[in-house]
Amino acid sequence: MTIDETRVTSPLVEEHGLTEQEYEQLKAILGREPTFPELGVFSVMWSEHCSYKNSKPLLRTLPTKGPQVVQGPGENAGVVSIGDGLAIVFKIESHNHPSAVEPYAGAATGVGGILRDIFTMGARPIAMLDSLRFGDPRSARTAYLTGGVVSGIADYGNCVGVPTVAGEVAFNESYEGNPLVNAMCVGLIETKNLTLAQANRPGLLVVYYGNTTGRDGIHGATFASEELTEKTQAKRSAVQVGDPFMGKKILEATLDLIQAGMVVGLQDMGAAGLTCSSCEMAGRGGTGVEIDLDKVPQRAENMSTYELLLSESQERMLAVCPEEKIEEARRILARWDLEAHVLGRTTGDGRMRVSRGGREWVNIPAAKISDESPVYQREARPPAYVNALKRFTVESFPEPKDYRADVLRVLALPTVASKRWVYEQYDHMVQTNTLVRPGSSAAVIRIRGTQKSIALKTDCNGLFCYLDPYEGAKMAVAEAALNVAVSGARPLAITNCLNFGNPMKPEIFWQFSNAVRGMGEACRVLGTPVTGGNVSFYNENIDGAVFPTPVVGMLGLIEPPLRPMRTGWEAAGDAVLLAGPAAATLGGSQYLNGTAKNPIGPCPMMNLDFQRRLIDGILQAIGEGLLHSAQDVSDGGLAIALAECSLASKDSSLGADASLLDAARPDIQLFSEEPSRAVLSAAPEALPRLEAIFRGAEVRLVRIGTVGVAGLRIRDVGQWNAEELRKAYETKPF
Amino acid sequence: MKFGVVVFPGSNCDTDCWNALHGPAGEEAVFLWHKDASVPSDVECVVLPGGFSYGDYLRVGAIARFSPLLRAVVEFANQGRPVIGICNGFQVLCEAHLLPGVLMRNRSLKFICKDVWLKVARHAPPFTDFAADVLKIPIAHGEGNYFIDPDGLKRLRDNDQIVFRYCDARGRVTPEANPNGSVDSITGIVNEAGNVLGMMPHPERCAEEALGNCDGLMILRSIAESGLVRSASFRS
Repeated sequence: MTIDETRVTSPLVEEHGLTEQEYEQLKAILGREPTFPELGVFSVMWSEHCSYKNSKPLLRTLPTKGPQVVQGPGENAGVVSIGDGLAIVFKIESHNHPSAVEPYAGAATGVGGILRDIFTMGARPIAMLDSLRFGDPRSARTAYLTGGVVSGIADYGNCVGVPTVAGEVAFNESYEGNPLVNAMCVGLIETKNLTLAQANRPGLLVVYYGNTTGRDGIHGATFASEELTEKTQAKRSAVQVGDPFMGKKILEATLDLIQAGMVVGLQDMGAAGLTCSSCEMAGRGGTGVEIDLDKVPQRAENMSTYELLLSESQERMLAVCPEEKIEEARRILARWDLEAHVLGRTTGDGRMRVSRGGREWVNIPAAKISDESPVYQREARPPAYVNALKRFTVESFPEPKDYRADVLRVLALPTVASKRWVYEQYDHMVQTNTLVRPGSSAAVIRIRGTQKSIALKTDCNGLFCYLDPYEGAKMAVAEAALNVAVSGARPLAITNCLNFGNPMKPEIFWQFSNAVRGMGEACRVLGTPVTGGNVSFYNENIDGAVFPTPVVGMLGLIEPPLRPMRTGWEAAGDAVLLAGPAAATLGGSQYLNGTAKNPIGPCPMMNLDFQRRLIDGILQAIGEGLLHSAQDVSDGGLAIALAECSLASKDSSLGADASLLDAARPDIQLFSEEPSRAVLSAAPEALPRLEAIFRGAEVRLVRIGTVGVAGLRIRDVGQWNAEELRKAYETKPF
Repeated sequence: MKFGVVVFPGSNCDTDCWNALHGPAGEEAVFLWHKDASVPSDVECVVLPGGFSYGDYLRVGAIARFSPLLRAVVEFANQGRPVIGICNGFQVLCEAHLLPGVLMRNRSLKFICKDVWLKVARHAPPFTDFAADVLKIPIAHGEGNYFIDPDGLKRLRDNDQIVFRYCDARGRVTPEANPNGSVDSITGIVNEAGNVLGMMPHPERCAEEALGNCDGLMILRSIAESGLVRSASFRS
């Protein structure tokens, strides 16, 4: 008896992560007992990773439509029009679990996977971003995980020639042992070349190309749908290994195939491999598919049907191609030393049928697996910590004695400090379109042949989301929107990556549902629909869940009269301005919390209507050519924003002489992370017009200082020269 | 001048080179496919661009050396015609023995992408026929640590083959300004005849005002203008 003939028993069902009820549903769909390979197919298709069974009802509440949206959630990536027949294809995805056990390969394949999602739709990848979270930098494990993840991202992205231009790296004890590795890829497409993952008619050939299939990554999708435990280390085999050179070849070959009109539908074999790709293509297109696994090129001996279906070997593509075009498609692939393997055909019966050795092993209704996948509304209950947090007042925290030293201390905190040590390991210039490099509020990438550029940024403050998931998620969207706005861009749309703990725990589900509610509200008010993304649950270590971390990947468009803006001061004598409200709280700040995992609240509140007016005011000012620089106030607070503007001036040769003008205690004014604030600089002559613009927007604008000699001076607080600011800011955590 | 930009599988600065030559430099440029056995007769300068040819498997540049086109490029170079290898292209030229020495992993063992300053040690056609003494050009490599044995280094010096050294903003060649541990801070050399240049920094990444830096354009223009001089001398 072969392993494929194994009889399906209830312990086996349980081992596959399916409940008894789900198993009954499965049998009802089939009208019989499943074969062992079929059990495998259902287990991955109904894993959280593929089916979103615990998140679907809430995700449906997110706004996904807008005149700019060409393709919303449900495809490989979202598509947003930027005019002139061009569109941006973008998506963010997590690779947390693989990176926790095998950081280098986990992160590298995360990059490879998200790249494939973009070029599979016919877009050329033009930028990568990475949103990373790690534990306490003092732990040896954190140093190991960070080093591995960063070099994994670097080696894959650098090799394929896509610039890694922005992102975030934050450290907090809550992420100890369960890092978050969220990779975002952005592609450019002529809208007419958009290719969907659909097989829309019977009789088309199902064509496999790229890497051979091995045993790596079997059950990766189900593995990603469990908590990490000590036993997890034994699951290293569930982590795939990336081959960026093959990734680059299939990228070029795929774009050539699409350009030549060779394919009708295209899907990469990512999570759940051949199973997911063939089943979803047939399901979405409303057709069916019939494939013969004997045709699959294999790199391991004696692989079972079960293994071939579930393997997550990387860099594999599945195309649907009309029969009359197969010879031309073969020629295009051969140019890149790739071979086309015809596995079967699309059919008209709506079924996914898989045979091997002349025997049929899988015969299931393709659409039903995804359409009738189980959906759960989990119980939500506020965690006990939430109420306790609200009692914090600044008065209970003693006023510091040495503000001068505190500014340098906060500047050097691992989450606040410069990430140069990370982004210099990434090729952020290849393709020669990076107008604003990493280290600014957002990266700016020009669109060749047009007057346009796009601004890109990922954002999420896990501390805020822990204190108040609703406000924190609103802030993630609002902050990302402000980041692209101070870079000169109008926010267009977002992709999201929702990283949470185990959704079966009511407290975690409470965090999740509040975060989704906050995110939806922010997206509606700011006019940035969600075009896709990913949910990652079960991010837990032995001490519990990570901070709720709903990461936002924001896309903004710069077109004349708007122009790219930078962080650094431009000219001595310019006025230094603060747009936005006076700071009221230190809750959730880096200054108070650093990397400690029990942050002190309350979470600052996000007024979305105000945020929208602030963004409009800034864009109006940029469009009228009134601003010389712009920077949002976020991690570390106002003092850190001012220091960053000085350090980012040309050769750090300019600085600011500023004053604290509000009544609050100086530490609140210096270090509050009160949202909706930006530091701007402008020529003094521009001030009357700027004041009028911001008055019209009902946003406070105050002049807090003047651009002058290098370094920073804050009256009645201290003075710092450029060298000591630089030294503190460039502190590496390891 | 007509440039031929080589495309290996895994090249990823081929389009950037083409764009820089075609746009800001205002020259003609065509792609040369690695499987072709010859360099078209009208191509006057061959560019080996950056990237990861053949995935840089085995050793950087090691497999590219055996491609059919590279045999033709060696012949092209041996005829005294200009060949420039940038980053991975420099690595390929060393592997193909058109240039001496080898490029090892960076001292930090990490990939480095940033602007660096270069001291121009040789001002001569075709590559560096300009007055500027210090250039700012970005690097982006994991294996740019140039090594050559002491005898080889002596020959490079004696023959005036060293073209670029890492330096600080004021043009001082110091150990701190050397990002990757290269011998004698070397980051660009020519062969004895002076018609083959290998350099780790990427001139194509700083060849237009929109990117905030045009220093790389000087090198591209120098090559193009040397071509004009040469065709003029052929005619006379």
